[in-house]
Amino acid sequence: MKRKIALFSLIFLAGIFLSGKNDSSAIDGKGDKKSEKKVITACDGETQVVLNDVSKDEVMSREKAQEVAGMLLATYQQQKKYQSTKFTRRDSLIWERELKAMIEEGYKWFHDPSLGTNGISCDMCHPDAADNHPETYPKFQIQLKRIALLRDMINWCIENPMEGKPLKEDDPRMKAMEAYIIWARANQDPRPHAKILNPGKR
Amino acid sequence: MPKMPSERKEEQYLKEREEFFKALPKLNRRQFLKVAMASAAVALAKNQFPPHSFQLVEAVEAKQGGGTEVKFRFAYISDTHLYERKLNERFVRAALKAVQDVNALDPQPDFVLFGGDLAQLGQPEELKLGKEILSEVKAKIYMMVGEHDWYLDLGEKWIELFGQQYYSFDHKGVHFIVLNSVIVDDYWTEAKMTPMERMKFMAQLDNPKGRPFTVGKGYGDVGRKQFEWLKQDLAKVSKDTPVVVFSHSPLYKYYKPWNFWTDDAEEVQALLRPFKNVTVIHGHTHQPVFNKIGNINFYGMLSTAWPWPYAPTGLPKLTIKMNRADPFDQFDGTGDGTVEILANGKANKIYNLWSREPMKVTARYLESGGREEVPPLPVDPSF
Ligand code: HEC
Repeated sequence: MKRKIALFSLIFLAGIFLSGKNDSSAIDGKGDKKSEKKVITACDGETQVVLNDVSKDEVMSREKAQEVAGMLLATYQQQKKYQSTKFTRRDSLIWERELKAMIEEGYKWFHDPSLGTNGISCDMCHPDAADNHPETYPKFQIQLKRIALLRDMINWCIENPMEGKPLKEDDPRMKAMEAYIIWARANQDPRPHAKILNPGKR
Repeated sequence: MPKMPSERKEEQYLKEREEFFKALPKLNRRQFLKVAMASAAVALAKNQFPPHSFQLVEAVEAKQGGGTEVKFRFAYISDTHLYERKLNERFVRAALKAVQDVNALDPQPDFVLFGGDLAQLGQPEELKLGKEILSEVKAKIYMMVGEHDWYLDLGEKWIELFGQQYYSFDHKGVHFIVLNSVIVDDYWTEAKMTPMERMKFMAQLDNPKGRPFTVGKGYGDVGRKQFEWLKQDLAKVSKDTPVVVFSHSPLYKYYKPWNFWTDDAEEVQALLRPFKNVTVIHGHTHQPVFNKIGNINFYGMLSTAWPWPYAPTGLPKLTIKMNRADPFDQFDGTGDGTVEILANGKANKIYNLWSREPMKVTARYLESGGREEVPPLPVDPSF
């Protein structure tokens, strides 16, 4: 219960920071005893700071709130550092396996003419996803007259050379193809500009 | 809606381009230089734009003497990758465009070479459609096989429709050889693949399990017989006779992961070494690519269907990349071309890029180590 209240407080606190307004009603401990100390919890639901000099119901000034947010962030980062040493080899094997599965899924769609209607698949023009340049997105695509993301050009190639229907942006096939394209550029192209991509790195 | 600045620029560029082309006909050499410079300036100004370089290429061979006058020309069409018409009209349109081009050449070329990969999946309907389209070509046509024509039925239908898979002929004092350079080891018997599985395995350029092409090795005895034939064929030719070899794969080693490669290239090159003038014209790579190894000049052909990216490594040093292809234009980076055979036995190559200025690569360029007669450099090369 206490924790929940503290979490609420933190969400309010974050609200102040985002809006840049010092809304006095925002920080508003809801405990029943006036003398209780204020506890603020970060968005991870775990990291907490206990404020000795602020009571539960007290509204903090903007300066104070900023100071508290800073403390919270520092505590959070320290904990994270500690945690990152807690991951085991087994964990990272799982992550690798998951990533590999998604890339393989992307490879499959990239080589599948069923995304289009005329028999053509992406790999026919982009062997090993060459000339996809994932490292250059987002960019202004002159012919589209707007900023394009990688997925916009994927859809463009589905609709045009492959005469197919565009995929929804959150279509798992789209996500998987993006993963494959980035992976392929980073791993199958030895040129320096491909090396700025680092898929899978924590 | 007000126009974006880039849109205005593009319009202005297109206008300049149009005026430039209007001014082209009937130029004498001085005027040519003037316009050529203007075109270079426009091309430079164009730097902010993607694709399309239209720097002027001097179409008329200026230097006479030294045997560099053109003795005869032939044209080529290559890598049409046809599906059945009802599935894919796009590649049919492109193949027809090439036929139109070749038929419009004036004077007509002495003959036309088809560079292989007529079909996409080697199916009888695809090959027959290809034959039908090519039958419109007015000049005599010589056919060569590509792996896409071959691996559904190991050449059965192709041979039935087009005849021998390797042969030679003489034309105006030049010895021409047409090879089947797409022979690979048997990967299908043990894996119990169906013919279509075998075909699709081969059709995937970036297949990590793909097998390298050879001329004289591979399954059965096709390659070994061809290599013996080649030796005997060349034995009958005098060393001063210019030799032009047509192969589908490049007869050298460019990039193995995509089979831009002939595994026994050195052995074939060794057979060609004693000859004074040797030119290899190959398909498969779908891009302007050229090379020189010892006495042999190599030129790759364009595809009518799509351009291939330049491989990340292994590109011959003498190759000048074309500008990046514009995906918004089906015909950009594709095309057909002609080859000029010179009186001195050398060959120049003209890449007839459909949405751009033609690109001429001369034997002089290759033989000067890339110092003379340098073709226009790209403003937006692939990366
Ligand atoms: C018929 C040939 C063809 C097919 C099929 C094709 N593309 Fe393309 N695509 C191109 C060409 C040509 C370009 C331009 C390459 C360049 O910018 O150098 C391009 C550009 C792109 C780009 C933008 C690269 C850049 O830097 O602007 C992406 C991303 C892309 N394609 C993804 C795909 C995907 C994914 C598929 C399959 C759904 C696909 N393409 C199918 C020809 C094709």
